[in-house]
Amino acid sequence: MSLFDFADGREGYYGDYGGTFLPEILATTVEELRLCFRGCKEDPTFWAEFVELMRTYSGRPTPVSYLENLSNKLGGARIYVKREDLNHTGSHKINNVMGQGLICKRLGKKRVIAETGAGQHGFATATMAARFGFDCKIYMGAVDVARQRPNVFWMENLGAEVMAVQDGQRTLKDAINECLRDWVTNMADTHYVLGTACGPHPFPEMVSFFQAIIGKEARQQIIQEAGKLPDRVFACVGGGSNAIGIFQGFMDDNVELIGVEAGGHGPGSGLHAARLAYDDASVGVAQGFKTYFLQNNDGNMLETHSIAAGLDYIGINPILSDLWEKDRVRFEAATDEMVRDTLKLVMRTEGLIPALESTHAFALAVAEAPKMGKDEVILINQSGRGDKDIFTVADTIEDDHWKEFIKNKAVEYGA
Amino acid sequence: MVLEQYLRERLQQKDLLLMTHVVCGYPSFEDNWRELEIMAEFGVDMVELQFPFSEPSADGPLFVKANQEAVSSGVRPTDCFEFMRKVCDHFPFKVLMMGYYNTAFKMGHDSFIQQLSAAGGCGYILPDLPVEEAGELHQLSKTKELAPIVLMTPTNTDARLNVLGAAAEGFIYAVARKGVTGGQTEMGDDLKTFLGRCKQYTNLPVAVGFGVSQKADLDFLRGKADIAIIGTAALKAWKMGGEDSLRVFFSDLLS
Repeated sequence: MSLFDFADGREGYYGDYGGTFLPEILATTVEELRLCFRGCKEDPTFWAEFVELMRTYSGRPTPVSYLENLSNKLGGARIYVKREDLNHTGSHKINNVMGQGLICKRLGKKRVIAETGAGQHGFATATMAARFGFDCKIYMGAVDVARQRPNVFWMENLGAEVMAVQDGQRTLKDAINECLRDWVTNMADTHYVLGTACGPHPFPEMVSFFQAIIGKEARQQIIQEAGKLPDRVFACVGGGSNAIGIFQGFMDDNVELIGVEAGGHGPGSGLHAARLAYDDASVGVAQGFKTYFLQNNDGNMLETHSIAAGLDYIGINPILSDLWEKDRVRFEAATDEMVRDTLKLVMRTEGLIPALESTHAFALAVAEAPKMGKDEVILINQSGRGDKDIFTVADTIEDDHWKEFIKNKAVEYGA
Repeated sequence: MVLEQYLRERLQQKDLLLMTHVVCGYPSFEDNWRELEIMAEFGVDMVELQFPFSEPSADGPLFVKANQEAVSSGVRPTDCFEFMRKVCDHFPFKVLMMGYYNTAFKMGHDSFIQQLSAAGGCGYILPDLPVEEAGELHQLSKTKELAPIVLMTPTNTDARLNVLGAAAEGFIYAVARKGVTGGQTEMGDDLKTFLGRCKQYTNLPVAVGFGVSQKADLDFLRGKADIAIIGTAALKAWKMGGEDSLRVFFSDLLS
């Protein structure tokens, strides 16, 4: 089954979701992007160029690791992990970004802009811009700038300008609004490198196209490593790009696909970012596309929360909304507390440090594995590495040695 | 069509009409009312009432702040319709709803059209709703004689302007330049050429917005367009000194 065989007059729609809802001033730019992407998608040398770039620059293919200790400890299914954390810049974000860099080159544009929440996408975009020689401006909510300084540090040192967005909730969605404002002004020389499979068509399709590299590799690797297809595949879902990336490898197989959202403080708390797993979201149109949004009855967006900045978003990949309604993807949520416990468990038993985002996928796998048979196989997408979260993790586990280190550093800097 | 007819009648008496803008509930509905009284005093022909939205991605900094403050102070679409009803009953100018599509989508197309019509509005401007997606809403609008206002922009191809012209009712909203609301616009040859292109694809009156802020701009637009749209500049004047500075602003503008 292809997700992208659109019916006549429904290009960019996945069931009822997706579409292009943008100011008229962008119509020509988006059409130009759509045509350029179509050309690239139909050109087999383009995909080969992309794969070669990712092999030589980002260390692809990333491996699949068997977690023997964790599997034995839980006593159920055998657990395997797709290691997107081993990419250059530490997450799957680089797949999409390098792909869009190639697109930008074909468009003949010299400047890129991007939104970022946790900073991983901004970091990846700044890296790509340095490599391709593009000017680069990253929009990041002021709240996120304050809590993700290490990524801001790298972006700036890679030559990008980082703009702290002071509007709204000053997080990811506000950074997207600011990118749209930049784009309606500078579209002649600027490509907007949207970081997830959301936003107006063709972005969900284009981001999915590049992230499909995860699923293509993973399907071959898991058959080789586990001797069979997985029974369940777990991926965390913020915007939903790593999930659609790995899921595409198993669309036609009898494999259960599970998207794990940010449960934050749990259902009914008002402090989470679970659009499909909880009942709080409804269908709306914002930031260029139609999907499930966490919004009130008037259509104004709600505050969201997650321990993982990269999952803290109001909307969700329109392809996943459709696959959820068609019962092809099951949605669950992991709370902040589950994530903290799971991270400690995975670090101690396997020596892996998944990003807080990716740890959401681990949390559900850990919960379900004991109830599965020993002949069954779980595949988790470890979308990113967690050492970037050192400040957040050290805070939540209240590590005294870390606190002491920070205090000493502050004294060194004359605080 | 009610709105187009009204504009044509006004254009018999004036060579350039004026449309102004207020963000509902910002700074407050009382402030809005006093702004509107001054606008009526200066013979404004049309007013767009913006329904505040949490993600105003096509607006510049001043309107972004206005939207966000109105939303967080609890201004709801029902309040805006109620206000619109009072405005339409009291003032001579025509009133349009302006906002983002999600506001209409969330209440349902039927309900949106019913409420807008009941409140006395004569059309709506939804800048993030492209004509391809607007079919059902445009159909429903016809039953209540409401005008869906279509935007034309300088980046549109001729083929696209043709599509836009065919979908339009009431008047054309010509966006004077790239960018968001509230910035500077150079009133020069590029704009003149663009307005000429608009006129090729529509017989409706053409309104020009984005960066129209002073008398010189109106002088430039006379003979090239039918309506000037004043948005950010009036709010800026109000914020600077309330009624006095808004009066000074309009008397300078129309001197």
